[in-house]
Amino acid sequence: MPLKDIITRTYSAWMSTEAPHTDVALSSRVRLARNLGNIPFPNQATETDLAKVVGQVVKAISRVPKLSGLEIIRLSEASALDRQVLVEKHLISPQHAQGGEMRLAIVAGDESISVMVNEEDHIRIQTLLPGFQLYEAYQLADEIDDLFESQLDYAFDERIGYLAACPTNVGTGLRVSIMVHLPALAATGHVMAVLSAVSKLGIAVRGLYGEGSEALGNMYQLSNQVTLGRSEHELIENLGAVTMQVIEQERAIRKKLMTEMREQLEDRVQRAYGILCHARLMTSQEALKLLSDAKLGAELNLIPGLSGETINELMVITQPAYLKTLAGQELDPADRDIRRATLIRERIRTGREGKEI
Amino acid sequence: MLCDECKKRPANVHITKIVNGVKSEAHLCEECAGEKGELTLFSESKFSFPSLLTGLLQTGPGIGSHVSIHDNIVDGCENCGLSFSTFANRGFLGCSECYTHFGPRLEPLIRRIHGTYQHTGKVPKRIGGTAGVMREIENLRRDLAKLVSQEKYEEAAVVRDKIKALEKRLSDEA
Ligand SMILES: [Zn+2]
Ligand SMILES: [Zn+2]
Repeated sequence: MPLKDIITRTYSAWMSTEAPHTDVALSSRVRLARNLGNIPFPNQATETDLAKVVGQVVKAISRVPKLSGLEIIRLSEASALDRQVLVEKHLISPQHAQGGEMRLAIVAGDESISVMVNEEDHIRIQTLLPGFQLYEAYQLADEIDDLFESQLDYAFDERIGYLAACPTNVGTGLRVSIMVHLPALAATGHVMAVLSAVSKLGIAVRGLYGEGSEALGNMYQLSNQVTLGRSEHELIENLGAVTMQVIEQERAIRKKLMTEMREQLEDRVQRAYGILCHARLMTSQEALKLLSDAKLGAELNLIPGLSGETINELMVITQPAYLKTLAGQELDPADRDIRRATLIRERIRTGREGKEI
Repeated sequence: MLCDECKKRPANVHITKIVNGVKSEAHLCEECAGEKGELTLFSESKFSFPSLLTGLLQTGPGIGSHVSIHDNIVDGCENCGLSFSTFANRGFLGCSECYTHFGPRLEPLIRRIHGTYQHTGKVPKRIGGTAGVMREIENLRRDLAKLVSQEKYEEAAVVRDKIKALEKRLSDEA
């Protein structure tokens, strides 16, 4: 699928709610860091070195039929706006978008697979699947890794495994992450205690905050902390087991809120939904907060006709570069707030109509 | 509050990370947060790991002083030219040879990050050879024991067959 289509299509495979535990787990992500032997890591490489990496990777793709369906995007040939959309779609990192010559993004049509070439490491294989599918995401990444490995000489050490530019990634080169939506734990003030406990079990936690103390959109990312000394399966199993406990705790509190504080809960999600349906100006921070409340409502079936998928999609396409792309022009922040509010109203309406047909 | 990064614009993005029960916070303006990948929820944040690493390098007992005393400027990696002090500042090694060249100095650091200095995961098939097969058998035996203890006998049988096949491959190659 050409870059233009990837950029303009607003729906990505990971947004689906046809996956396990999507009521709490948004998406599962796996990243494998790999480097080629005999060529310096990107931070120390010359343009010629980087060109060698690009050449070898492109050749590998052309030789392996199973890889040939991937779209190779030369980032230096993509516009700044297109690169930013790739970032907002989680296909490449912001650093990679600014990387310059000899940087590639290699993307599967449904966006479940993306490979960054010459980012922090020579090769970073990434997979992104909806819901709780850590093992499936790993299998997909592992398969791509095997295919590349059949053509490339990876930097590997018998003692400490795959060599990465940063020693925090050495060994398996595996970072497996899951994004969880924890509005009930957050609303009842339990979230920090739960996440603090989780962080003592070899799991790193990341939350993003706006004004105030609640994480933006109540989204938290859990990922493995170490990459060496445990097998891939052990790392995935540990993250999976811990995540399941967090999911169960979130569900238990949602259930409790539904029975003991139904009015307050319904009031909160319906207010959010009301604003999303009718507001004419919306900042990105406000959008994330309201979308989180509405998502909770959708998951508890308190808002008929609103699907989790619509919300997932809106969380991506209400970001600045995406709004510009959809508008087809530069937008200043005030214009963005208008466009964002309009887009949210339209999507929610068409989402509902889709449901009713 | 001003942004931690540019110290110019007001900080309106606050990021909390918890590692080993220790909470750390960063307060950034929207622009700096965007540049560091902190605004995209799914991306890997660049703020956590290399800075954790340079933190370890600067505060670790022995390592910090070791760097300043023994790391004279010419003492770089023969392959890529990176010096250990540059690594200590940036958090990135320059090439795969750096791991050998700086091995004695990296090992304590890697042990502190990961708690070990031994890879037990995947091995590239091409490099793996006998050692790779043996390691795979070792991993499968561990899986097998676990499956048996969980009374998952059907899955255990599949694993047992895999072990047999690998053992046959080893004896054929020998
Ligand atoms: Zn700033
Ligand atoms: Zn080197």
